[in-house]
Amino acid sequence: MTYLADVVALTRKDLRVELRGRDTLPAMLLFVLATLVVFHFALPVGSGDDAAYGLLWVAIVFTALLGLARAWVPEQEHGVLDGLVLAPCDRSAIWLGKTIATLTFLLAAQAVALPAFVLFFQPLSAAALAGVLLADVGICTVGSLMSAMAVAGRSREVLLPLLVLPLAIPLVVGGVGAAISDEAGRFLLFLLLYDGVFAVLSWASFEYVVTE
Amino acid sequence: MGLALVLALIVAPEDADQGISQRIFYIHVPIALTAYFCFGLGAIKALLLLWRGEERYDLESYVAIHQGTIFGALTLITGSIWARASWGIWWTWSSNQLVLFLVLFLFYCAYFMLRFSLEDGPRRARSSAVYALFGVALIPVSFLAIRLASDFIHPTVFTRDGPQMSAMMFTAFVVSWVAVTLLAYVLYRVELAGKRLDADLRELREALQ
Repeated sequence: MTYLADVVALTRKDLRVELRGRDTLPAMLLFVLATLVVFHFALPVGSGDDAAYGLLWVAIVFTALLGLARAWVPEQEHGVLDGLVLAPCDRSAIWLGKTIATLTFLLAAQAVALPAFVLFFQPLSAAALAGVLLADVGICTVGSLMSAMAVAGRSREVLLPLLVLPLAIPLVVGGVGAAISDEAGRFLLFLLLYDGVFAVLSWASFEYVVTE
Repeated sequence: MGLALVLALIVAPEDADQGISQRIFYIHVPIALTAYFCFGLGAIKALLLLWRGEERYDLESYVAIHQGTIFGALTLITGSIWARASWGIWWTWSSNQLVLFLVLFLFYCAYFMLRFSLEDGPRRARSSAVYALFGVALIPVSFLAIRLASDFIHPTVFTRDGPQMSAMMFTAFVVSWVAVTLLAYVLYRVELAGKRLDADLRELREALQ
């Protein structure tokens, strides 16, 4: 139970920092809206409905990257991470708290972006929404770990997309498949598998990334 | 290696469908398998590093992945040549193996970026090791994803009924495979020795100063 309490406390800390500073969420919101508008002009007239779904995924992945790039910056700047690592809690709780916080930001950004997508381009089916949700979980699980790695590096802004994009390719496949395929169930199942595999892997390996 | 070349180029009978271009198979497939093998080896060494905490595994994992990336790039090149010869195009997104290698190639290039961006030390060793472990998880997941995403036109040589080749072709293939694996092993040892020498030299220099 203490594990759960630790996770909740860490998540609340991140949400509160965001509420006071407003560094990440407004940027994500504006970015995703601006991207959708750019896509409207990037798509040639009559290029088909499916192309818009593909572009939605590009927007989602890059918005998530924007949020993830900021995820550990406050910790790094104020030396909080050292304190957290020394704190008497399981290290994986730090990762889980950060993942939940990032996921919250991403979902909040999408709460605006998805209606905007429906308004500008195409309606979204229930399977497509489920795909978005599952892929969000996947990208935040993997991304918060990768972000913790990248933040220690010399060129963290450049490094993070390079680390995350190859890992996000299966998520894009699953998400686009769930939106346009007739057999959406297979793609959702695949996304679930991805989330499971990488959640366990990230959960188990986070400790090694942050300890000296 | 020489024997493998002779067998592959002269002795093995030509494929009825694909003719001469099929001979690249004896190079392309062993290289691809060796690349997988190197990535696997890198991940095993990474796991050992995290488990036992011995420093030498870091360098071994790095060198294995370095070899794997080189062989992966060669796979992309030979695969591309094969695609040009048999399908008339340099690149096709419907060839699952090629796309998988492209994803892996990008992934492992990012591995080097990560390594060069972090400060030398145990934290870099462990971060790299974790990333290498993600790589082996990514291989089957990407494979599944690419298979879900595309139609299937890559020639499937190994099916559940065993290899679909004549005995002579199979012998040539196995000899090539052994040759390429040996080549990879020798390169691995040479690079490892070089890197170790480098580290020793640096220590000596620091001791002298």
